[in-house]
Amino acid sequence: MDVILSVWRQVGPDAEGEFVRYEANDIPDHASFLEMLDIVNENLNTNNEEPIAFDHDCREGICGMCGMMINGQAHGPQLGTATCQLHMRKFKDGDTIRIEPWRAEGFPVVRDLTVDRSAFDRIIEAGGYITVSTGSAPDANLIPVPKLAAEAAMDAAACIGCGACVAACPNSAAQLFTSAKVSHLNLLPQGQAERFSRVADMVDEMEKWFGACSNHGECETACPKSISIDFIALMNRDYIRSKFQQGRLAGQR
Amino acid sequence: MAHTEVDKRDSVKARRKRPFIIEFYSSDVGKKWAMALSGILLLGYLVAHLLGNLKVFLGPENVDLYAEALRDLGGELVPRQSILWLMRIGLLLAYSIHVHAALSLWWRNRKARGSVGYQTRTTYLAATYASRFMAYTGITVFLFILFHLSDLTWGPANPDFVYGDVYANIVATFERVPVAILYIVAILALGAHVRHGAWSLFQSIGINNAKFNKWRNKLAYGLTAFIVLGNISIPLAVQFGILKL
Amino acid sequence: MTTLDSKVPAGSIEDKWNNHKFSIRLVNPANKRKYSIIVIGSGLAGASAAATLGELGYNVKVITYHDSPRRAHSIAAQGGINAAKNYHNDGDSVYRLFYDTVKGGDYRSREANVYRLAEVSNHIIDQATAQGVPFAREYGGLLDNRSFGGAQVSRTFYARGQTGQQLLLGAYQALAKEIAKGSVEMINRSELLEVVTHEGQAAGVVVRDLITGEVTAHSAHAVVLATGGYSNVFFLSTNAMACNTTAIWRAHRKGAHFANPCYTQIHPTCIPQSDESQSKLTLMSESLRNDGRIWVPKTVGDNRPAGDILESERDYYLERIYPAFGNLVPRDVASRNAKTQVDSGHGVGPLNNGVYLDFKHAIARLGEDTIRERYGNLFEMYERITDDNPYETPMRIYPAPHYTMGGAWVDYNLMTSIPGLYAIGEANFSDHGANRLGASALMQGLADGYFVLPYTIGDYLADFLNVDPVPTDHDVFRQAITQVQDRTAKFLATKGTRSADWFHRELGKIMLAECGMERSREGLEKAIREIPHLREEFETDVKVLGTNESFNQSLERVGRVADFFELAELMCRDALDREESCGGHFRVEHQTEEGEARRNDEDFTHVSAWAWNGPNQPQTKHKEQLVFENVKLATRSYK
Repeated sequence: MDVILSVWRQVGPDAEGEFVRYEANDIPDHASFLEMLDIVNENLNTNNEEPIAFDHDCREGICGMCGMMINGQAHGPQLGTATCQLHMRKFKDGDTIRIEPWRAEGFPVVRDLTVDRSAFDRIIEAGGYITVSTGSAPDANLIPVPKLAAEAAMDAAACIGCGACVAACPNSAAQLFTSAKVSHLNLLPQGQAERFSRVADMVDEMEKWFGACSNHGECETACPKSISIDFIALMNRDYIRSKFQQGRLAGQR
Repeated sequence: MAHTEVDKRDSVKARRKRPFIIEFYSSDVGKKWAMALSGILLLGYLVAHLLGNLKVFLGPENVDLYAEALRDLGGELVPRQSILWLMRIGLLLAYSIHVHAALSLWWRNRKARGSVGYQTRTTYLAATYASRFMAYTGITVFLFILFHLSDLTWGPANPDFVYGDVYANIVATFERVPVAILYIVAILALGAHVRHGAWSLFQSIGINNAKFNKWRNKLAYGLTAFIVLGNISIPLAVQFGILKL
Repeated sequence: MTTLDSKVPAGSIEDKWNNHKFSIRLVNPANKRKYSIIVIGSGLAGASAAATLGELGYNVKVITYHDSPRRAHSIAAQGGINAAKNYHNDGDSVYRLFYDTVKGGDYRSREANVYRLAEVSNHIIDQATAQGVPFAREYGGLLDNRSFGGAQVSRTFYARGQTGQQLLLGAYQALAKEIAKGSVEMINRSELLEVVTHEGQAAGVVVRDLITGEVTAHSAHAVVLATGGYSNVFFLSTNAMACNTTAIWRAHRKGAHFANPCYTQIHPTCIPQSDESQSKLTLMSESLRNDGRIWVPKTVGDNRPAGDILESERDYYLERIYPAFGNLVPRDVASRNAKTQVDSGHGVGPLNNGVYLDFKHAIARLGEDTIRERYGNLFEMYERITDDNPYETPMRIYPAPHYTMGGAWVDYNLMTSIPGLYAIGEANFSDHGANRLGASALMQGLADGYFVLPYTIGDYLADFLNVDPVPTDHDVFRQAITQVQDRTAKFLATKGTRSADWFHRELGKIMLAECGMERSREGLEKAIREIPHLREEFETDVKVLGTNESFNQSLERVGRVADFFELAELMCRDALDREESCGGHFRVEHQTEEGEARRNDEDFTHVSAWAWNGPNQPQTKHKEQLVFENVKLATRSYK
């Protein structure tokens, strides 16, 4: 198939960017979207034009490296799918496809379609862990975890950290990411000791970088793992509780 | 791309030294919580206000007595109008918080989007018009309230205004076609605002339970329908001559 | 040829690790902060090691080419992680896990290492669970297990089809905790381009910032390579696009021996290639073989849709040849048989390059809902990629390069032949022999990172109390920086006509044909002739646009491809040298009449560790004799 691309090109973080038009011809329709970009890049290289920079790695939808706005949708038109698992058969011959990087103050553009998502790492560093030094863990079966709690925690933990939630949010809010990380640990018995300090610290860190939630729900549809905004409610509740409870007697910071 | 980690957790602790409620309100989640709680108050007011107003359909005496009863709240126990004023102050406070939180969040969100926004029209799948235009419907409602007060409470916007003569004032103002239209448009904006707000507040205060989640939206739709239809029925009734002097 | 000392401690196999932990030197807790350690890579092995070293009090610097430590390809492991917990009371034990792993590795692994691996496997599950890894549970709240990849006990712990992701997130979160504490400094989007040694000992590394192009030196008392495997030498593999051999190869060029490079694993259940533009192959978890049945049409070139082929016209070849294990034979056996079927014209699909994996019978027996519960996410993934619905038509699968058992040679302490340079996880060669069993990679990465390296590294560091690391303005670093800059400049100045990817793809074709699932003397010799030609062409004709001082992904790739070229040649030499078939290494000259692998225990019960002799010089082979005191060498039979 033949498609026409309109790709955001920007040489560096401070440079001005612009859309550049490319023709992508003879693309096999079982090629993935990124393989289509590979072909375009190969042609650009042949024509002495620098290839389009885009982040990608595992190409099986789990590492969370890839991600771009495709025709105004994070990760493109197929729901519950990361860009690398989007295939060209979802497009029609002759389509024009506009590709932009994620845009948010917390995700500065590095080059072309590549953005810097290290703000997500800062959020995890603020408290997205259970403090357990290597070797100090008790036998794994000592603490029974209700199957449903483990399942719910897993639903949240499926987050791949791609940033589509922020990209799709009209407020550039990272509530879905943060709530998924908070809920993963806060739903488990192992996470209870740090439950409230975790949520307070992670939310405070999140707010340094990203906007506020208006409950649009756009993040949920953009998420390649279809993580539910139910977790945002859970995070909000825990955050509110962290502020109102008697910390010392609740055994919490 | 090295980064040396300054211990941000210390700064978080330092922030905690402020009075907790200020500290809480200074966070976005706290502001959303405040918006939700003030929103609940405002919703309660809207419902009560509408219930009272619907008394116009029971005749002039009925609604005028209702207005009088409001001023008389508390009976002989308190100075006349004091309870009403307390309610007004509470309402004003809730409204101020609601507006302040909304404005500061709106400003923050604008900044969070960054200097270069999307150049391609975003395809929205989940966000509704109601949710996306909360700020605009909110501003519309705010401007309408100013008009509404000067129309039916203070009087300058209504040439036939007579203090205490509620029924007559209502009919007089809604007999003017532009006012009726303005009123209906404002109520529709309010409806859109309520539609998203009444659902959204559950998320903001963290009430989420698979057992009743589907009712959150139904409640929002029900409230919206009640508020919109109830409020619109009055100017329409005046225009169609059902309510007249 | 010299014989290498593996430093395996004396004593019975059960006591070796305990005795060793007691006899090696410790570093006083108060002194740990005086030592600096660089960890390259932040996958399971790297992140777990860095987090643990940070907890212990060392000064740790972690360098990764990813934008975040959470991206490493460990994240893609689907199936699970083994441990000898025996929670299912089905006769599992540390000894059995040890035995199975040695046998699965076709008796080409080091007994003591494997035993230690089995021993610490239980601690890994404890550690991961405490970190909040949401392993699957039974209704009673206790951990669920499944049997996996031909094991006859249920010892595999799993978190849906995303076990690798969850374990990596656990290690990443532990690392994040240490980063916040300040004991670990994280350096993202920076790639190691040179290992620096001083007086024969590891002194540090030289890295290039992938965003600014700045080349900097980092020095430390010890350097740990946790940089994964080299399956991408085949171009098409299940590895992530960026996986490469550069770190290990640069170490090899500085004196680290490269062990068993020809031991590569080809995973039997991947989605077949659909066309030339394909950039990678996608693995479907091996657990699918628990319920799916593998078959091909009996008639050569039968291109009817699968549904039209009658039961009597189908050849369930694994069940036919291996009645005892059937579809659950080990990976190498399943892969080779698929290749045989496709090569003999029985392949299915538009390119006739796959075999069917059919769930029809399982769905009839268990119902679609049960199958959906077990494999739903895999079926979805399959449909997304191929546009076929596996509930209705059988999946098409074909083997793909997946894991490399070979890697940097390390002793029992996980130290390479360069003192102070360690290799952990897939980057070393130590535990899997000639073939890795399913659900063992996660186990090994975490065992090395959490429970082995943090102990053994202290023994080496103890010598350097109050000795500063070599300063980064020392000549050895200056020279290394210059070398890196020259190399980069050379790539940019070549200004040829074809991209690095093009050469990589061509190299991959040679490697897959001659050094893939089946190797022959003739083919390997041909490859050894062809690769240098292609490399020469690459050196004079590669085209890299852009500059060094920018985010330049073509420049990243060209350096990796250059190192793959040298590695590819060594892999072929090693495969040629190893005159036997074992595990993932199958030489057509060495097979039984039934076409099964035939080992040569007399001449090849050793590790081949190759030493660098300089560019364009064949490496010298050193041997580490493998001694089997506990497991009796036998012919693997799955019939």
